[in-house]
Amino acid sequence: MSSIPIKKDAGEIGKANKRKYLLEKVSGRVFLFCALLSVVSLLLIIGFVFYKGSHPFIAEGYSFIDFLLGSDWVPSEDKFGILPMIVASIYATIGALIIGVPIGLFTAIFLAEIAPRSVAKIISPAVQLLAGIPSVLYGVFGLAIIVPFLQNNLGLIKGQSLIAVIIVLAIMMLPTVVTVAETAIRAVPKTYREGSLALGVSPIGTIFKVVVPAAKSGIMTAIVLGMGRAIGETMAVILVAGNSLIIPTSLTDSIRPLTTNIALEMGYAFGTHQEMLFATGIVLFSFILILNFVLARISSKGGN
Amino acid sequence: MKKKLKIGLLILCSSMILAACGNSSAGDKTGDLEGNIHTLAISGSTSVGPLAEKLAEKYEKNNNIKIEINQIGSSAGITNAINGVSEIGMSSRELKDEEKESLQETVIAYDGIVVVTHPSNKVKNLTMDQVKDIFTGKVTNWKDLGGDDLEIVVVSREDGSGSRDAFQEIVGYSSGELIKSAIVASGNGNIKTTVATNKHAVGFISFEYIDDSVSPVSINGVDATAENVLNHKYVLSRPFLFVHVEDNLTNEGQKFIDYILSPEGQAIAAESGAIPVQ
Repeated sequence: MSSIPIKKDAGEIGKANKRKYLLEKVSGRVFLFCALLSVVSLLLIIGFVFYKGSHPFIAEGYSFIDFLLGSDWVPSEDKFGILPMIVASIYATIGALIIGVPIGLFTAIFLAEIAPRSVAKIISPAVQLLAGIPSVLYGVFGLAIIVPFLQNNLGLIKGQSLIAVIIVLAIMMLPTVVTVAETAIRAVPKTYREGSLALGVSPIGTIFKVVVPAAKSGIMTAIVLGMGRAIGETMAVILVAGNSLIIPTSLTDSIRPLTTNIALEMGYAFGTHQEMLFATGIVLFSFILILNFVLARISSKGGN
Repeated sequence: MKKKLKIGLLILCSSMILAACGNSSAGDKTGDLEGNIHTLAISGSTSVGPLAEKLAEKYEKNNNIKIEINQIGSSAGITNAINGVSEIGMSSRELKDEEKESLQETVIAYDGIVVVTHPSNKVKNLTMDQVKDIFTGKVTNWKDLGGDDLEIVVVSREDGSGSRDAFQEIVGYSSGELIKSAIVASGNGNIKTTVATNKHAVGFISFEYIDDSVSPVSINGVDATAENVLNHKYVLSRPFLFVHVEDNLTNEGQKFIDYILSPEGQAIAAESGAIPVQ
């Protein structure tokens, strides 16, 4: 290279640089455009749902408080109260967390800390594949297996119930919880474990006293993400929930969560009824926003 | 740079929102642009609508005509026909006497609704009052109706469904009276599956969905058959009507009605689950 005169080279380098800069600029724009697309979609969806959903309260004189706290939902008689659905959504989500989080967490600990490589190699992809199953198939599975099981073996008069929803949601949130928690546990520095073991703590003691507390923020993230999955799930739930309009008082009651109310009735709804379904969407959306806010708080704490 | 971007984004968003909102009104006008093709305006029942759409689709293929169908509910369709807003109105309920004064009606098909239970259920016949008591929650055990000692699980369609409206209207209870703990399922198939897998359950479905997985219940001792619907013995049925004001009906409109009543039109009706008139 050094034998070639410098002057002759300069022009070519300049040309090449120009091309490089142009490419940089163009690709920068392309990336910006792609990034903007998601922002625009988000704004459009929020705008549309809020525009439609707020209309009855602004223009038609319905009270938002009555909407939130009313326990009667009879669209054909102009009664729109979604309290039963809010309660149903919350119960179903909490129930799914109670079952799903311990199982998911133990699975993650097993995969990250205990399982021999060969076993983890089988279980890990299996869990991830669980995430890829379309949600309607979970619903069909629930309708064909869980619902009849509850009816025949537990003597429920109808298998479409809160407990059926909880079981289906618990299974559905597993992949999210396991994957995120496993990553968090693996990220705990090896020195922590070595230090604990060197002090004579048993391996299980090390996991629960040292590793899990160290991975706390990651595990919390896993739980919140699982929660988001449970509260937003529609297709699987619609088939096993029974969709009754009661405030559930026992695990065997049929429930109608917020999501299924929208999916169930949107097909025939028009006018105020349709707008009220969008308003239901606003409430659902608020839940998700709160969850995301909590999530942001957790991860910012974890960073410190 | 940032500010420009923000403004651009805002304009883009607002224009897209506006476009989305404006869509429905813009869509209606396209029919006018087609010039000399005759446009036949039909509006009314959401239950008759799908059948009318199918008939119109077939009819448009062979005729130089554009048929516009708006599904806005029976009463609104009847009003439109009387006012001349639509040439033909669709109704899935019988006309009231004062409506009959100004309108001509044509029954294009019948629809039958069947109360179904689990095949193991011993109750094979119910009176209309009993059906009402079941769906409003006054009777909650099959033993009160001559069956086994089993709690009743009511399965209904979702609010807004045409079949549910019709069923409630004929049986005589309102959506608010429906027992709160009723399972709500979307679609006939879904109801059938739910009833077929639960020996406590009772639901209602259209004629076409009946098979061995569920047991149909006779009403007032009359079996749910097409003949019984046609000779008006089976009460859980309703006519699909086309109504029009005599003076407003054009030749094209009359031809379309004739086509529906022809064997070909009736075959389409039967295919889409209605009971043909002949």
